[in-house]
Amino acid sequence: MERRDFLKRSILASGATFIPSFLKAMELVSLETLSAHKNVIIIQLSGGNDGLNTIVPIGNDIYYKLRPKIAKSLQDTIKIQDNLAFNNHLKEIAALYDQGEMCVVNNVGYPNPNRSHFRSTDIWHTASGANKYINTGWVGRYLDANCTNPYEAIEVNKGLSLALKGEKLNGISVDDPRFLYKNTQETFFKGIATNTNNSMLTEDNQGYLYKTMLETYSSAAYINEKQKIYKTPIEYPKGKFGKNLKQIASFINSGLATKVYYSSLGGFDSHVNQVGQQDRLLETYSKSVGALVKDLKKQGHFKDTLILTFTEFGRRVKENASMGTDHGTANNVTIISGGLKTAGIYNEVPDLQNLDANGDLKHTVDFRSIYATVLANWLVVDDKAILNSAFNKMNFV
Amino acid sequence: MAQFFTEKELQHLYWRAGFGISVLELKKIKKLNKEKVVNTLFKSNDVENLLKTDVSNISTTTKGLTGEERNAIRKKQVEKLEEINLEWVAQMIKTNAVLRERMTLFFTNHFSTRIVKAKITLDLHQTIRKNALGNFGELLLQVSKSPAMIAFLNNQQNKKKSPNENFAREVMELFTLGRDGGYTEKDIKEAARAFTGWSINKEEGFKFKKQLHDYETKTVLGSTGNFEGQDIIKLLLKEKQTALYLCHKMYAYFVNPKVNSVHVKEMATSFYNSDYDIKTLLKTMFLSTWFYEEKNIGAKIKSPIDLLVGLSRQFGVEYEASKSLIFLQKQLNQMLFYPPNVAGWPGDKYWIDNSTLMLRLKLPAATLNKGIIEVEENEVIMDSMLEGLDTMSGEVRSLEKGSRYLIRKTKATTNWAVFLREVKDKNKQELIRFLIQPKLSSIAQKILEASMEESVKNFTIQLVSLPEYQLC
Repeated sequence: MERRDFLKRSILASGATFIPSFLKAMELVSLETLSAHKNVIIIQLSGGNDGLNTIVPIGNDIYYKLRPKIAKSLQDTIKIQDNLAFNNHLKEIAALYDQGEMCVVNNVGYPNPNRSHFRSTDIWHTASGANKYINTGWVGRYLDANCTNPYEAIEVNKGLSLALKGEKLNGISVDDPRFLYKNTQETFFKGIATNTNNSMLTEDNQGYLYKTMLETYSSAAYINEKQKIYKTPIEYPKGKFGKNLKQIASFINSGLATKVYYSSLGGFDSHVNQVGQQDRLLETYSKSVGALVKDLKKQGHFKDTLILTFTEFGRRVKENASMGTDHGTANNVTIISGGLKTAGIYNEVPDLQNLDANGDLKHTVDFRSIYATVLANWLVVDDKAILNSAFNKMNFV
Repeated sequence: MAQFFTEKELQHLYWRAGFGISVLELKKIKKLNKEKVVNTLFKSNDVENLLKTDVSNISTTTKGLTGEERNAIRKKQVEKLEEINLEWVAQMIKTNAVLRERMTLFFTNHFSTRIVKAKITLDLHQTIRKNALGNFGELLLQVSKSPAMIAFLNNQQNKKKSPNENFAREVMELFTLGRDGGYTEKDIKEAARAFTGWSINKEEGFKFKKQLHDYETKTVLGSTGNFEGQDIIKLLLKEKQTALYLCHKMYAYFVNPKVNSVHVKEMATSFYNSDYDIKTLLKTMFLSTWFYEEKNIGAKIKSPIDLLVGLSRQFGVEYEASKSLIFLQKQLNQMLFYPPNVAGWPGDKYWIDNSTLMLRLKLPAATLNKGIIEVEENEVIMDSMLEGLDTMSGEVRSLEKGSRYLIRKTKATTNWAVFLREVKDKNKQELIRFLIQPKLSSIAQKILEASMEESVKNFTIQLVSLPEYQLC
């Protein structure tokens, strides 16, 4: 006999399909959450995006002097103000900026910056100081403190980033909701998940495994069921990133109770021949975010959505010998939303005169101030409990 | 104390000291009394089994090279690291000296480095391996002088005129005293001065650069002197807190993530009094009665390496392409030599999220049943894995990485004939007790009760598919 058949017989024949009470409760929740709530989409440009060629300090002699080969000339930019312009591959982003739907925060970083990709990514994900090692992410701790279901934070990707891992609750990673659902509906998995009862959800590791199975099962069911509601008429760029943002728009427009979405676009580590490579990536980013915003606007969800884009570090001001740039420090962070309080260029432009000993930008805004602002003013939760410390709030929302 | 271990207790010992136990091994050692079992375990681990991957012909300098040439070297480093990784995993699968491997794994995580340089990574590995069952103080000193640790924690930049505190901080916070272990920021600053000049030579070996060393007086942990690096290590070892911190970590790793502080104190006293003899400590643990308490059996979540090595050892699983083991490590978030940071993998429930759990639950059955595992490789993950420190930069990463998803089909073969022969005398209940360490949940019991008529092979596949098989 095939294993599948025998499992079907063994589990289903037992007939004791116990449905956990919270699965029933979930259906009630889903109706209620059709009303709009605020949500955040976090996008990581991984590899360390060169902020200076993204939002360009035009007219700054130092910029052109330190980057004789890779600087963006005036005609390759879209002007923002006298001393700042977008890379001209950011057309859709520039349009959002013009409509007052974007805020640019310059010089964002943290004290004692780390120039290693994975360590600096860790620091941004955990919102820790440069010399602290924390095993939970800031979104994970948001889940711990304010949520009851893993699907309240979704990473559209294979694998779950540290940012979404909490102490008690992890977010959920979904690459393809139908695939995830299919996987959890496999007889064996379903058999175990649907027969799990409260007495098995103990505090120890065994209980934790069952709890994760059950949460995966119910989250997959929830996501699969809800997201059938919406089919987008908007066309997204081809490729994984466009597909991921399309998926996020579909989740939001379907009224999922999810508060935080997470996605990333990789390939920004431009040590060699930076220009063409970065431009292509920025274009992918711009077109995909453009489509996402259009999609959300159509359904009236853009005013409740905030898109936060960061990268683990900026790049050195001076170009290297390979037409690229090496790892640097402070960088710009952008916030795109239909519900901004302050749009535009939030603070002073990068000071290229006053660099650190490595020739990198000095930060003037701690990235955790941005997190704190998003948590307190947008998601309206206690930011201190999540960030373990008080950071100055800003007023973009 | 009873004179003999039960089978369950022996399985427990071998899961924690090694990677599980075979029927034949179990048969052999269950006739021995407790003391003899533990002594046998140590005796068979006298061999060091150094790894043999040849790392001699990678250029050590990238100065003056073009981007492309640097790329080529970097690629070679990555390939070599994979080769070392696979050799180590293969050794964990094949060797009888499992305790040496287990302790090497433990200390590799305790002294975590992540640096895309094969030679110094292997050097550190061998150092840990040689000392893994020796003296902790000696191990600590050797690791502190290893180029891999020096490079990873920036001690090359630690100079009299501009001290870098990175190593001094971690040696206290992570390697000896533990966070809030009774040292101050001032201690870190002063200790950093003692480590100035500990650096690396052109051949990637240790070098003490006199001209960078701070020869002035330092005050660390209440002692004042003209200290050098090794003096700081001695001062740290003099602190009982170091033994306590180490034993706390060992208890969580070997016994139970829920730590019993009375038992930890018992271990720490023995460890400190033996002048940090690792064997003495392990014997104290393995011969204690509390080690075998029911609540400790099956209380741990297998690390991805435990899971993969354990499956291969028990069922003779072999992968058609050895690289499969690299993909699986990546997907399960434990790629050897690529820990998340200097603090290492936190372990236990941190191995588990919805995507890793789904894969972990499917993996054993897929491996044993059809022999085909499909691993969808996320290049974003791979990309970030490849990123080392910026000491060797120059890799071109063009294209949108996320768009290139690869499906890796991995073929594995299982040596069913051997396994089935070994377990032929076991009935189903005995098979459960042999393969599953924790107590079964009610649903697991129900599933198994309904499967009692199945063939041994089907029943085994059923067993390894249970969440309980993820525990040891």
